[in-house]
Amino acid sequence: MATTGTVYDALVAIVGKDFVSDRKEERYFYARDGGLMPPHEPDFVVLPRTREHVQEIVKLANREKVPVVPQGAGLALTGLVIPQRGGIVLDMKRMDSILEVNEKARYVIVEAGVTHGALKNHLQKHHPQLRHSIPDSPPTATIAANAVIHGQGRLSQQHGFNSDMVSGLEVVLPTGELCRIGSCSVSPYWFSKGPPLPDLSGLFLGWFGTTGIITRLGLKLYPCKKMRDVMLALTDRAELVPEIMLRLSHTELVEDVVAAAQPLPLRFRDTFWIMAYITGDTQEELEFKRKAVWDALWDLFESRDVGFLSLPPAMKGPLLSMPSKDTTRFADVSKGGGFQYAGPIAPIEKFPLFVSKLEEVATRHKLFYSSTSRLIGAGHCMMFSFSFSFNRANPDEMARAKTALDECSKFALEEGGVLWKADIDEQKLLMDKMDPNTLALMKKIRKLLDPNGIMNPGNWEIG
Amino acid sequence: MQDYASQIHRCFRCGYCKFPSDYSSFNCPSYRRFRFDSYSTGGRLWLVHAWLRGEIEWSEHLAEILYTCTTCKNCVEQCPMKFAPDIVEWIVGARSDMVEKGRIPQRVARFFEAVHGYGNPLKRLRSQRAAWADGAREYAPGDEYLLYIGCLGSYDENGQKMAGALVDVLNASGVSFGILAEEEECCGNEIYMLGEMGLFQSLVEQNVGRFRDLGVRQVITLCPHGYNTMKNHYPASGGDFQVYHYTQVLDDLIKKTGVKLSSAAARVTYHDPCFLGRYNNIYEQPRRILQGVPGIELVEMERNRKDAFCCGGGSGNFITDLLAGGEDSPARTRVREAHETGADILAVACPGCLTMLTDAVKAENLDDKLVVKDMSQILSAALPAR
Repeated sequence: MATTGTVYDALVAIVGKDFVSDRKEERYFYARDGGLMPPHEPDFVVLPRTREHVQEIVKLANREKVPVVPQGAGLALTGLVIPQRGGIVLDMKRMDSILEVNEKARYVIVEAGVTHGALKNHLQKHHPQLRHSIPDSPPTATIAANAVIHGQGRLSQQHGFNSDMVSGLEVVLPTGELCRIGSCSVSPYWFSKGPPLPDLSGLFLGWFGTTGIITRLGLKLYPCKKMRDVMLALTDRAELVPEIMLRLSHTELVEDVVAAAQPLPLRFRDTFWIMAYITGDTQEELEFKRKAVWDALWDLFESRDVGFLSLPPAMKGPLLSMPSKDTTRFADVSKGGGFQYAGPIAPIEKFPLFVSKLEEVATRHKLFYSSTSRLIGAGHCMMFSFSFSFNRANPDEMARAKTALDECSKFALEEGGVLWKADIDEQKLLMDKMDPNTLALMKKIRKLLDPNGIMNPGNWEIG
Repeated sequence: MQDYASQIHRCFRCGYCKFPSDYSSFNCPSYRRFRFDSYSTGGRLWLVHAWLRGEIEWSEHLAEILYTCTTCKNCVEQCPMKFAPDIVEWIVGARSDMVEKGRIPQRVARFFEAVHGYGNPLKRLRSQRAAWADGAREYAPGDEYLLYIGCLGSYDENGQKMAGALVDVLNASGVSFGILAEEEECCGNEIYMLGEMGLFQSLVEQNVGRFRDLGVRQVITLCPHGYNTMKNHYPASGGDFQVYHYTQVLDDLIKKTGVKLSSAAARVTYHDPCFLGRYNNIYEQPRRILQGVPGIELVEMERNRKDAFCCGGGSGNFITDLLAGGEDSPARTRVREAHETGADILAVACPGCLTMLTDAVKAENLDDKLVVKDMSQILSAALPAR
């Protein structure tokens, strides 16, 4: 592009030569993620260290009309940080300071590049009585990016989406101003992202970086009990899974509820695993909760519709690990290094229908599948994953996986689900189905905040 | 070497490879230094895959990305996939392809030229290989051990002090040993890691042939790099001798002979060399030795044993310096971590680590607070007066 020299030099002047690249190798890597969306190269990859860096870069991008795409670890798998129109990819991971933990108000303030792994370690080491909601994505996933995509984690059954646990934001607006959102806009404390003020966090969460760049984030922390355990209920009746999940949630004693389905190993086929995670400060507390889980499903156990599997340590360890390496290992099931999932957020009553669709689509496209469904809120909805693994060295299999994912997404949407971290094609599906006035409001918001249309263009792009 | 080209696409770029097991910090030396994802293991594997598929052209920058990997094996420890044990071999395989095509960074090419022409990567004279060796005699048939010094021990100033100290300790322990002096050849570990398989094989054959001619049955190496290649690569080329790193031998000797060590009051933290620890699972012997010295208080750095952070010197980077300096260099990061323990001494068991970390202490202006010493130097100082 004609301005390359000028923009490059200006970027170097902002962050230093070591942290700007316009070289082919960085442009290649940052042009894609681990999923199946087509790549598109940025012109520059930049690693800011401070919010002032981010402000200066955004101002530069406005002057030059260059797109800006903020990125965490790029693990959404749906191409949300693929720079569809080139421009500047901002890799935020150098902004990696954990700034404050307020133990009494139970929140942490982090810079945008802090990873879930780093926060987990920090809390375990310095504040062992506190924890945060760790997603199943790898530990390099950043807190901010996970909130922006409305991720879920270990505490989502109790406290909702990880974005519901945000307690404040600092954002660089698309025009370069630094803006605080929530209680931190009027107070030194970051205890609320909105209430009792107008909740402006909704202008940034779920927008995939199209309305601003989060530079700091407050996150709610929760009590960390001394002990954790997982109980495993099994059933071969898909239609019972929603009922089981609801009953577990009804106890109000369960940390996390996850239902899994996969055809291999063969002992897993046609069986649904429902994992209930419990915590306690004492063995007595843990035992009390075990009994509550047992009691909740007792009649189903007696009727032989549900069984409990006593887990050996070799199985329990991986299930209790946070994050779960087993989730990542699914990418290499077919020795091919790839998996992607469509993860609609949907009522849990859809579980049997979605499982049936998943099996049918996988069979038709000759793909290996799995599904993990996590309860969100007290049964208000679930994230159901239609997951397919694929071999990166097999273009045909990759194409089949993409087709299968698209089919599942459309199906889920037709059944009342809402697509999670939707790729640009799925965003179009969502917007086609959306209330026109809602869509018009989104358009107004984008135009108002980002008059030059520089922020992650191609995403949430309303015609 | 494996057919890496048919496997390398299996990396999912999940990023586990960047961390230690507790996720406390980034533990991949080149990623920690440069912070572009292209310098992580996942970045490297995806770029090599792209190069193999013709999606990107070879470039000096691509080669530098590949060669800034220190082959420290942190990724092997942390990668959750079944192919994890093969990752370093994939990196080496890709380097080997670049070597065959003559497309490698200039500094790496100079490293090969030096070893090829001079028998060592420092371009020092063969006749000076034993200039350090006051008190060590040449190996003679019947000696229990051959003490293999290696290039850094022979020529590098810090390495020479380390070698001298080890000779003192072995002499004091009554061990029967000798060195090869000018007849010693480069072990080839770095040559292997850098992918020059022809030169590597030539070095192996020379060393194995010489050891055989001399009737060597047991080798003690000064350097973990030499230990690694002699233990793990030489057997395939007829190397049928026993090989020990000196810390293994000293751990044994101290236990058996009951050598009395004088008090050396100090707070010491130990840095695990990659080729001793992650490559060969030797973690406890050096710690036992330190704990056996009266007055030494051993304190651990946050990242230790399998999670130890590499000094940045592996894969010839102690010479090629592709990771460059700066405050984010692995060695400087590591000495800051050592300093945080409150230690007076940063103990190492590798001449490469000794030099890398000694330089880093100076760069961090910690000279009056932290001194880097090899285990052999600590032990030598603790020997009873003779």
